[in-house]
Amino acid sequence: MADLRRAAILGGNRIPFARAGGPYARASNQDMLTAALDGLIARFGLQGQRLGEVAAGAVLKHSRDFNLTREVVLGSRLSPWTPAYDVQQACGTGLETTIHVANKIALGQVESGVSGGVDTASDAPIAVNEDLRRVLLQINSAKSMPQRLALLRKLRPGQIVPETPRNAEPRTGLSMGEHAAITAREWEISREAQDELAVASHQHLAAAWKRGFFDDLVTPYLGLQRDQTLRPDASMESLAKLRPVFGKNGDATMTAGNSTPLSDGAATVLLSTDEWAKQHRLPVLAHTVDAETAAVDYVYGGEGLLMAPAYAVPRLLARNKLTLQDFDFYEIHEAFASTVLATLKAWEDSRYCKERLCLEKPLGPIDRSKLNVNGSSLAVGHPFAATGGRIVATLAKLLAEKGSGRGLISICAAGGQGVVAILEAA
Amino acid sequence: MKLKVKVPGLPEAARLRRYQPGHPLVDGPVLIASAGGRVRDVLSAVIPSPSSPSPAAGEGGSSRWAAILFDGTAMRAIADLGKLHAFTSQTFRNLRPSGRLILFGTPPEDCSEPEASATQRALDGFIRSAGKEARLGSTANLMYVAEGAETVLESTLRFFLSGRSAYVDGQVIRIRPAKPVPTQDWEHPLKDRVAVVTGAARGIGAAIAETLARDGATVVVADVPAQGATLTEVANRLGGTALQVDITADDAPQRIAKHLVDRYGGVDVFVHNAGITRDRSLVNMTPEQWTSVLNVNLQAQIRINKALVEQKVLRDNARVICISSTSGIAGNRGQTNYAASKAGIIGMVQAMAPLMAKRAATINAVAPGFIETAMTKAMPFATREIGRRINSLNQGGLPVDVAETVAWLAQPGSGGVNGQVVRVCGQSILGA
Ligand SMILES: NC(=O)c1ccc[n+]([C@@H]2O[C@H](COP(=O)([O-])OP(=O)(O)OC[C@H]3O[C@@H](n4cnc5c(N)ncnc54)[C@H](O)[C@@H]3O)[C@@H](O)[C@H]2O)c1
Repeated sequence: MADLRRAAILGGNRIPFARAGGPYARASNQDMLTAALDGLIARFGLQGQRLGEVAAGAVLKHSRDFNLTREVVLGSRLSPWTPAYDVQQACGTGLETTIHVANKIALGQVESGVSGGVDTASDAPIAVNEDLRRVLLQINSAKSMPQRLALLRKLRPGQIVPETPRNAEPRTGLSMGEHAAITAREWEISREAQDELAVASHQHLAAAWKRGFFDDLVTPYLGLQRDQTLRPDASMESLAKLRPVFGKNGDATMTAGNSTPLSDGAATVLLSTDEWAKQHRLPVLAHTVDAETAAVDYVYGGEGLLMAPAYAVPRLLARNKLTLQDFDFYEIHEAFASTVLATLKAWEDSRYCKERLCLEKPLGPIDRSKLNVNGSSLAVGHPFAATGGRIVATLAKLLAEKGSGRGLISICAAGGQGVVAILEAA
Repeated sequence: MKLKVKVPGLPEAARLRRYQPGHPLVDGPVLIASAGGRVRDVLSAVIPSPSSPSPAAGEGGSSRWAAILFDGTAMRAIADLGKLHAFTSQTFRNLRPSGRLILFGTPPEDCSEPEASATQRALDGFIRSAGKEARLGSTANLMYVAEGAETVLESTLRFFLSGRSAYVDGQVIRIRPAKPVPTQDWEHPLKDRVAVVTGAARGIGAAIAETLARDGATVVVADVPAQGATLTEVANRLGGTALQVDITADDAPQRIAKHLVDRYGGVDVFVHNAGITRDRSLVNMTPEQWTSVLNVNLQAQIRINKALVEQKVLRDNARVICISSTSGIAGNRGQTNYAASKAGIIGMVQAMAPLMAKRAATINAVAPGFIETAMTKAMPFATREIGRRINSLNQGGLPVDVAETVAWLAQPGSGGVNGQVVRVCGQSILGA
C-alpha cells in the first residue's frame, strides 16, 4: 500500500443557514447543495475540472434523491466526469464525508475531493403511511381495472393520513430534545449555564460576521446574506424570557433559545493533497490529522443519546498521544447548549471518566475561551448534514489565521453516535 | 432591449456596429491619405488593402468608405490644414453607417514652433466638430502620436477602426513611446493575462469581466459579499475566480493582494470599476452620503493601488484602469460627492502615470457617459431620455462599450497610452 499522505483542507463554501419555512422554503436539497458547490467552484476556479470525488449527504431525503450528490455534481460547473456518492450518518454526515475524502486522499486513491452536506427541514419528505403504501403497491401490481377499483374501495380515511418525519428516535419514541433534557438533568446543567453558552454563540458569530470572517466561506443564496438565526443582541435577559420546551418536570431548562432551531442550508469543503494544492496554486489552510467515531447504547445501556463524542474523543486523543488541553480551538457542535456542557462536565468527572470511559484520570477542563470562538449551531442554525462542513471550513480558516496549532471537532448525532476529528494548521 | 422612443425634432438613433468575435477589423474599404506623415506605414501595414485618394474619381468618388484615415503628423503650418479640409470635405459624406474618421497628429506640446503647435492643436477642434456632423453611427477621433510612438500605435488603431469603439466619439488620444510588445493573436490579445475587475457582479463590471475573458484573460471578479450569488454566476460563466470583498474594508488591499499572489503570482490588469452614487443637493448632503461615495469611489482605489505597487503585485507591463465618469469632468447637479470622487480618480491617474511608465505599466481612466444599466433605468423618464440623446450618436451606450474600451487599454500592446482619460459617451455635450 502507498505511504499515507496528508489531506489538506483548502477552504469551503456554504450558503447562509436559514430557519425552516424561511427564505429557502421552496428550495430542495439539490438546489441548496448545488448553490453551495457552485460557490465553491467559483471561489477556487474549479470550472470544468474533474475532481477525485464529491461526497455529501442529507438526513431528510426524498426517495427521488437517491443519487443526490451525483445529481448535484451534474448540475454544477464541475466536470460531469467527477464521481460522487451519498453518505448519511445523521448530524455526523458532513464530518463523516470529510473523513471519507481525507482518507482516500491519504491512501492515494484520489488527489482532490469535495465533502459536504445539506438539509432542508422545510422541504422534508412526507411519506404515505404504511397501510396506504401497501394498498398502493397492491394496486400497482393488480392485473385489471376492476381489481384496482376494488382495492381502492377498501381504503379507509385513517390510511390516508400522511406520515411526516419526526425528530424522534425510532427505538425510544423520544425526540432528540427530550433525550437531551434527560442528560441535562442527569448532569445538573443549569438554565443559566445553557443560556450563557447560547449568548456566547450569538455574540461570537455576530463578531465573526462583522469582521468579515465569512467573506470567503459563505455565498448568499435566495437573498439571504447572513445566518438567519443569528441574534446579535441576544442577552441573558432576552433568553431568560423563553419558556422551556423540552423536559417534563418543573426543573425543565431547555428552551428554543438554548436549542438549535430546525434549519435549511448546505455546506461544502475542498480537500486535496499538498501536491494538488500546489499545482493549482491554492493555499492550504489546515491538514486533517485523525478522526474517530463512537456509538453509545442509549436504549438499554444507560447512556445519553448525544453522549457518544464523550467516548470518541478520549480514544482519538490516546491514539494521537494528546491530552484534551493540547488544542487551540474546540469546535463542539451545539445541538443543544446542554449537550456541550454535559460533555465538558463528563470529561471533568473522575467517576464518569473512570467507570464509563475507562480512563485512569479525567480528561479535565478546557480553556473555555477557545470553545466555538466564532459561534456554533445555536447561533448559526443546524441543517443536520450541513453542520460538519461548516465546522471543518470554519476551523481550518481559524487555524490558518493563527498560523499554528490544532483544533478538535466534536459532533453528536442521532442514533447515539458521535464523530470527532483533529485538524492542525498547515 | 433598448427602448425605441421617437422624440419629435430629434434624429433617430442609428444602430451601432459593435464587435463580435470573428468580425473583420472594418466592414468595407478604407481610404488613407496623408500630408506626408510618420504613421502612414503603420496604417498601411494594419489595413489589408487600403485605397488612396484618386483625383480622377474626385477624392474617392462614389465609394462608401468604412473608414477614412488622415496622417497629419507632419503638418506644421496653418496652410497645411487646407489639405485636411480638401480631403475630408470630399470624402466625409461617403462614410458608411458606423464609419470611422480617424486623424493622426503630433502632440502640440511636442512641437517647437508656435505655428506648428497651433496647427496640431487645430486638429482637436476640427475632430470634435466633425464628430458632431457625422451621421448614422459614424465617429471621429484624433490620435496624437508622439515621435517614436509609431511602433506602439497598432492596438489603438485597431480599437478605433473596429466595432469595439462603437460609442467612443470625439476623443483625443495621446500615444507616447513605450516598449513595443508584439501581439500574436488579435482575437485574443489578453491571452495569458490575469485581470481583476471590482464591482463585477453586475452592470458595467460584469460586462468588463466578460469582455476581458473573451479576449483571453483569466479573470478574477470581485464584489461585496452581499452580491456573492450573482458574482458566483459571473465567475462560473467566465471560468474565473470570485473574490467576495468590500473594497473599503481595512484588510481589503491585503486580501486582494494575497489572493492575486497566492493564486496567480501577481496581476497584469486591474480594473477599478466598483462605484456608488448617493445623490443629494449640496445643502442637503449628509456626511455619511459624502464619505461613503468618496470611500468607495476614490479612497479604496488609492489604498489598493498603493498595496499593489508596494507589494509588487502588479507585474511589469501591468495595466490599471479606473472607471471615472463624465460627471467627474463636467459636474452634475446633485452629485458634488460623486463628481468629486470621479474627478479625484483623474488626479490619481495622472499622478501615477509616470511611476507606472517606469515599469512599462500604464494607468488610465475611462469616463463613461450615459450607459444603459440598472442605474440609468431607474432615472425619471425625461431625465433619462435627455441623458440618452444629448450626444453625437443620439443614444445611450451599452456596458459592453465601456468594457471594450477597458479591454483595449488592458492590452500588452497599449503601453503607449498612459495617464489619459478616455470618455465613452458618444461625444456627450457634457464634459466634452
Ligand atoms: N451606468 C452609468 O451610466 C455610469 C456612468 C458613468 C460611470 N459609471 C461608473 O461605472 C461603474 C459601474 O457602474 P454600474 O452602472 O455598472 O453600477 P452598478 O451599481 O450596477 O454596479 C456597481 C457594482 O459595484 C459594486 N460595489 C459597490 N460598492 C462596492 C464595494 N465597496 N466593494 C466592492 N464592490 C462594490 C456593487 O455591488 C455593484 O455590483 C461605477 O464606477 C460607476 O460610477 C456608470
